[in-house]
Amino acid sequence: MTFIPISPGERDAMLATIGVGSLDDLFEAVPASHRFPKLDLPPALSEMEAASQLADIAASNENVREHLISFLGAGAYHHYIPAAVDHILRRGEFYTAYTPYQPEISQGTLQAIFEYQSLMAALTGMEVSNASHYDGATAAAEAVSLAYAQFRGKRRRVVLSPAVHPQYRAVIRTYVRGMGLDLVGDDPQADLEGGPDSLVAAIDDQTMLAVVQYPDFFGRIYDWTDFIEAAHGKGALVCIVANPTALVMLKSPGDMGADVVVGEAQPFGIPLWYGGPYLGYFTTKKSYVHKMAGRLVGETVDSRGQRAYVLTLTAREQHIKRERATSNICTNQGLLALASAVYMSVLGKAGLREVADLCYQKAHYAATELSKIKGYGLCFTDPFFHEFALCCPKPVSDINAHLLEHGILGGYDLGQDYPGLKDHMLIAVTEMTSKDDIDALTAVLSEAPHG
Amino acid sequence: MAEIRSTPLVVEPTIFDLSTPGRRGVTMPASDVPETPLPNRDLLRQDLPFPELGEVDIVRHYTRLSTFNYGVDTGFYPLGSCTMKYNPKINEDTCRLPGYLFTHPLQPAETVQGNLALMHEMQEWLQEISGFAAVTLQPAAGAHGEFTGVLIMHAYHADRGDHKRNKMLIPDAAHGTNPASVAMLGMTAVQIPSDARGNVDLEALAAACDDTVVGMMLTNPNTLGLFDEHIAEVVKLVHDCGGLMYGDGANLNALLGIVRPGDLGFDVMHFNLHKTFSVPHGGGGPGSGPVGVSAPLADFLPAPLVTIVEQGDEEAPPLFGFQTPKKSIGRMKAFHGHFGGGLVRAYTYIAMHGAEGLKDVARYAVLNANYLRARLHGSYRVPFDRVCMHEFVAEGRFEGSDVRALDVAKRLMDYGFHPPTNYFPLIVHEALMIEPTETENKDTLDSFADALLKIAAEAKTQPQLLHDAPHTTRFGRMDEVKAARELVLCCWLPEELPKDD
Repeated sequence: MTFIPISPGERDAMLATIGVGSLDDLFEAVPASHRFPKLDLPPALSEMEAASQLADIAASNENVREHLISFLGAGAYHHYIPAAVDHILRRGEFYTAYTPYQPEISQGTLQAIFEYQSLMAALTGMEVSNASHYDGATAAAEAVSLAYAQFRGKRRRVVLSPAVHPQYRAVIRTYVRGMGLDLVGDDPQADLEGGPDSLVAAIDDQTMLAVVQYPDFFGRIYDWTDFIEAAHGKGALVCIVANPTALVMLKSPGDMGADVVVGEAQPFGIPLWYGGPYLGYFTTKKSYVHKMAGRLVGETVDSRGQRAYVLTLTAREQHIKRERATSNICTNQGLLALASAVYMSVLGKAGLREVADLCYQKAHYAATELSKIKGYGLCFTDPFFHEFALCCPKPVSDINAHLLEHGILGGYDLGQDYPGLKDHMLIAVTEMTSKDDIDALTAVLSEAPHG
Repeated sequence: MAEIRSTPLVVEPTIFDLSTPGRRGVTMPASDVPETPLPNRDLLRQDLPFPELGEVDIVRHYTRLSTFNYGVDTGFYPLGSCTMKYNPKINEDTCRLPGYLFTHPLQPAETVQGNLALMHEMQEWLQEISGFAAVTLQPAAGAHGEFTGVLIMHAYHADRGDHKRNKMLIPDAAHGTNPASVAMLGMTAVQIPSDARGNVDLEALAAACDDTVVGMMLTNPNTLGLFDEHIAEVVKLVHDCGGLMYGDGANLNALLGIVRPGDLGFDVMHFNLHKTFSVPHGGGGPGSGPVGVSAPLADFLPAPLVTIVEQGDEEAPPLFGFQTPKKSIGRMKAFHGHFGGGLVRAYTYIAMHGAEGLKDVARYAVLNANYLRARLHGSYRVPFDRVCMHEFVAEGRFEGSDVRALDVAKRLMDYGFHPPTNYFPLIVHEALMIEPTETENKDTLDSFADALLKIAAEAKTQPQLLHDAPHTTRFGRMDEVKAARELVLCCWLPEELPKDD
């Protein structure tokens, strides 16, 4: 079926007004040799058939709510999403609107984004937030662009911690292809034990930016204050990639002196959705706002004296500046910024703390129990939040295959990205993981032969 | 007048204004594990300056905010270049099926064969619709797809050892994202003018074509809504100098089942699933911007692609998995693209249309645009006045009146319509870019045309009425200068006001 509400009679009347004989006559500018190709697509489905086909496809997946106990995180987390979030998102006025170019009739989107910006700035301890990026990885890449613009290309070194998410590092490598940068530290063979101190030596007076993660890819928590001070001493900026759930509990990157804080806000009200769409957040200091890419909402008044909101500093953007723009970005993740704003509001200060506390408590219970099993142990001794690296007695792929037979999705295989961490898995625990789930994992691993 | 209107100074408090310490929204269950002490106090935050509200107040707040918005569900939204078609409700249900919502992007392939099958079929459908040899679903939006495409073109030339190419040819009618994407790779954008019929100026193009050309980025139909009448010559000129043709797929809605860009000789193109294939725009995103390429460029696509790992037979379906192309440009974002919110909705839409349905989409989109163009004839000047595709550009200026396109746009709100895109493309004075889409009926189009005709008359008789518009909306025109000068970008609890420095 289609969604075209025009009757044959109306169509003919319209063609007569235009002065052409048939619909196909409208396409004479298209080369005749290629006009009207026959597309080989499956026959059209009714709504009822489509609903059923899409349900069948979905049902052929094993999902983490109905089939599997999951210990997978590594950048995407299974959290509870309060019912109110999706009910707000389903308001057609929100989800069927375009970018708010006409502020008189877009105040809903604009005020929601303004509130989102405020919440993210408060969470990260920074002065300003933009209206969002595609995801955490591209937000991190845009932090490099900000630093590049800040130093006008005069500094070309970026220190990239090997404990930043491997896919984020890959995206940064793709994004900077045209910039001629010197990326250092991005080495999976690097010493992963040292923490901030091992990275500080890489920062020199040609360094424009250091990118670190908090908690890092292995879940470890470090205070980056001294590191940032050392970087500032060399004139470099520091970007912290941070997990928003962890920031509810932990010292804010703003308090540590960070210049840019970015990350993946998927944990804040966005479903796993097999990897997207998610929500890249980006916060910084007010002094860098002109170098920041992405949409930005600011407060103003309208002609009637009412408080209102508009997209502001649009002169940075591609539709005005074209090749001199800060980025080619058009879209943000508007609807998902709204989702995270509703999530943060509906849980509020107290509810968010409960979520963070449950993640922390359950992850530590899991770490304690798992490290009691013969052959298993915690890889690092540093404090962690809700994710930790577990040393295993045999290849992670073998262990995970075995776990899957018991309906358990094991942790991320760190050996894929870090040769030094062969036989190590990254275990993630959230408030969705029950003690029974953790005990089930412990039981299966304890019973398995240790090879 | 001012007393009668008595407008409130604060229309809707912010979520921070509404907060009262001690109020609770959603609560979480108690912990079921033995307690572990928190880390050292130095690592903890002392305060979280977040709002405290009850759930009902939050729901009312956001519901009220939603009523300040105009969406496709509210009314006609003829925003040129944005393809604001109806977003079928069934999409909202299919994309929220638990099998999609609750699958983790790093799950083993054998547990997500449904997702991989859907992605594989989507790759094939988009290839079939566009005439390209391979498609990546990874890019997050149109501009992200463009950047992907430009990276691929750059990598293709570099792979052949051809390092002197640094010039991208871009028509003056192009979207601003085109030159911005090119600049991200340090290339130079060279502007090519349009000719008197709104086509690429062939002479100017020929003069710019040399062995430093990376390629050309062309939107076809262009942003005037016109299909280039010399497309074959344009493609040949660019190919003959060793360049590649990039297609900006923003206007693909006009071409579904009409012509395949791959057949016309394009080498790369991004799709906008949020325009052409009914993924809702969400107040500015998320979009979804897959990229199609011709066979010689397939090895450069971003990693990974979905592929068949093991052929199926009568008893078993094929086994799907991921594959990294040999000379891949790398990764454009984390994970696999906008799967749930983008691909599942677009898949639902294509599955319901089939080949004939998609062709009707294009045919009726073009019918509606031409009908509006015909209805406005004589009242609004349309430069390059010939049969258009899915959109057209009129001038919002009138002889003997100081009314501008912005005034027309704002006045349309008083008649209950979302305005067209204005001041784009840059090559038309006072541009009003009108794209009705195929999902509007004749009555809606007639009411819109009637409103525009009334406004054209008002422009001459009551210009001030238009300068001051809108009048009937909840909000009036904004003080944009104040916003940019004061840069108030956050709301704060009064006690949390940032300190002056």
